[in-house]
Amino acid sequence: MTTVDSDTAIPSLAGVASLVSERGTVETPTKVDVRGLSFYYGDMRALEDVSIQIPEKQVTAFIGPSGCGKSTFLRTLNRMNDIIPGVRVTGTVLIDGKDIYGASTDPVTLRQHVGMVFQKSNPFPKSIFENVAYGLRINGLAASKTELADRVETSLRAAALWDEVKDRLSASALALSGGQQQRLCIARALAVEPEVLLMDEPASALDPIATQHIEELVFQLKTNYTIVIVTHNMQQAARVSDRTAFFWLGKLIEFDLTSRMFTAPTAKLTEDYVTGRFG
Amino acid sequence: MSRRRRDFVERVVEWALRACAGVSILVTLGIVSVLAVETFQFFREVSPSEFLFGTVWTPLFFQKSFGVLPLVAGTLLVSAIAMAVAVPAGLLTAVYLSEYAPATVRRVVKPVLEVLAGVPTVVYGYFALLFVTPLLQQVLPGLSGFNALSPGLVMGIMILPMVSSLSEDALHGVPRGLREAAYALGATKMQTTTRVVLPAALSGISAAGILAASRAIGETMIVTIAAGQQPRLTANPLVPVETMTAYIVQVSLGDTPAGTLAYRTIFAVGMLLFVSTFMLNLASNWLRERFREEYA
Ligand SMILES: Nc1ncnc2c1ncn2[C@@H]1O[C@H](COP(=O)(O)OP(=O)(O)OP(=O)(O)O)[C@@H](O)[C@H]1O
Ligand SMILES: [Mg+2]
Repeated sequence: MTTVDSDTAIPSLAGVASLVSERGTVETPTKVDVRGLSFYYGDMRALEDVSIQIPEKQVTAFIGPSGCGKSTFLRTLNRMNDIIPGVRVTGTVLIDGKDIYGASTDPVTLRQHVGMVFQKSNPFPKSIFENVAYGLRINGLAASKTELADRVETSLRAAALWDEVKDRLSASALALSGGQQQRLCIARALAVEPEVLLMDEPASALDPIATQHIEELVFQLKTNYTIVIVTHNMQQAARVSDRTAFFWLGKLIEFDLTSRMFTAPTAKLTEDYVTGRFG
Repeated sequence: MSRRRRDFVERVVEWALRACAGVSILVTLGIVSVLAVETFQFFREVSPSEFLFGTVWTPLFFQKSFGVLPLVAGTLLVSAIAMAVAVPAGLLTAVYLSEYAPATVRRVVKPVLEVLAGVPTVVYGYFALLFVTPLLQQVLPGLSGFNALSPGLVMGIMILPMVSSLSEDALHGVPRGLREAAYALGATKMQTTTRVVLPAALSGISAAGILAASRAIGETMIVTIAAGQQPRLTANPLVPVETMTAYIVQVSLGDTPAGTLAYRTIFAVGMLLFVSTFMLNLASNWLRERFREEYA
């Protein structure tokens, strides 16, 4: 705790920023490299000068109190915020070294490579099959009917849902349970074979069993995908993630290996938050 | 005010409100029962099958014939033309307003559409007769002065705001999460709109269409003024026709003595009109309820 002023509850943020770069150094290759990112909803600044290197094929968790900008930050990584009128982004986001806010990046193509799963499961009011096939169809990713069916099956298997739905692929997706619907949304996102999967509190509306399913799934998926997961649940972050980033009031306070974040955090704020003293 | 006095006022207000509600229910029941009784009287003299399937409608002539199909055909023809204008244009307007228009455009267009809905129908009627028909006659020389085409087109413009406003509500009701899910899979705005938002809003949009049809069938003034008064079993939009509503106006304003069979025809026609628009309204409500359930 040398760089943090231990007399005050709130550490000097300049000191914390240097900690992030010092201790957040990444040994595995970086997939998403964010530098000096700020984000504005109109005049309201929701993110301030965030820099972070998200490693490839690992699970990175974002934690922090409600309203601190976790979702906003997550949505800057696939330019989902672009569809909200009146927003502004500064700074750079490099994915595989390419600036996703650069003039040559098409947000539509970007989103095929950076998939997203939402807090509230949002299956289309179509059949289970059509939900998973949707992304394949609009992006023209399956050349034939058999290929389409194969890829739907592969995605449903990857999302650990195949055995439960294989006999009723043409049934409405809305007839599935909440946990199944969320896994269907994961299957739908996986079908277009993204490299990065962004998950915004994917289990927050689910019961413990369904949550456990999703967590196991996240653990398996990281062999093939770079995963970023927002969670309010400290235990969940500890269980599933390799690295954890703590956000507070639009700033990235600390980013480190999950094991260190939960046992020996550097910033006093992080310690207070992970031990449940606020938030 | 004392407690007792306050309670008394409360009770009076409650009863007054109850009476108001009761009056409107009674009036409705009264109308329906008059309609039913007169219709029953009519069918004692004319068989329902002659009425429903006969192809000649001449109740006011010496040689009487009570086949309502020419009036039904006239009604359907004008309504179909109106729907052909109102549904595509209304839907496109709704999609534009709900998915594409910037907030400023929406702020201007919505009130303008509402003004369109507030224009008295008699104005639309004369607009059809004195402006649209002569205009159309320049491109369609065979068009009669009274015809189905012109009032159909104008009626389409009249019900367009209703279609667009109800469809926009339906589109608006599609949860944002569905749009986001589509975008997140790499869909363009166009793909999101056509393949996710529109299908999800389909039952609400159908409800809007059905309600518009019901409105078109019941619309009276435009067709009375501009479509003519010649019951004719035809699908040709260029010649005069008579709709069910226009016939009722014709008899009500004419010198047909009350209580005669010829006079009772307007109740039979009115009943037919009432039943069909009532069914359409029911269907529309049912569809909208279903739509609501889907995203409850
Ligand atoms: N569409 C929007 N328009 C304006 N402000 C917004 C919008 N979305 C979020 N905000 C604001 O931006 C800030 C960050 O919101 P964000 O949703 O990113 O927080 P969060 O950390 O995900 O919170 P939670 O844990 O509750 O989901 C909040 O102050 C919020 O009110
Ligand atoms: Mg959030």
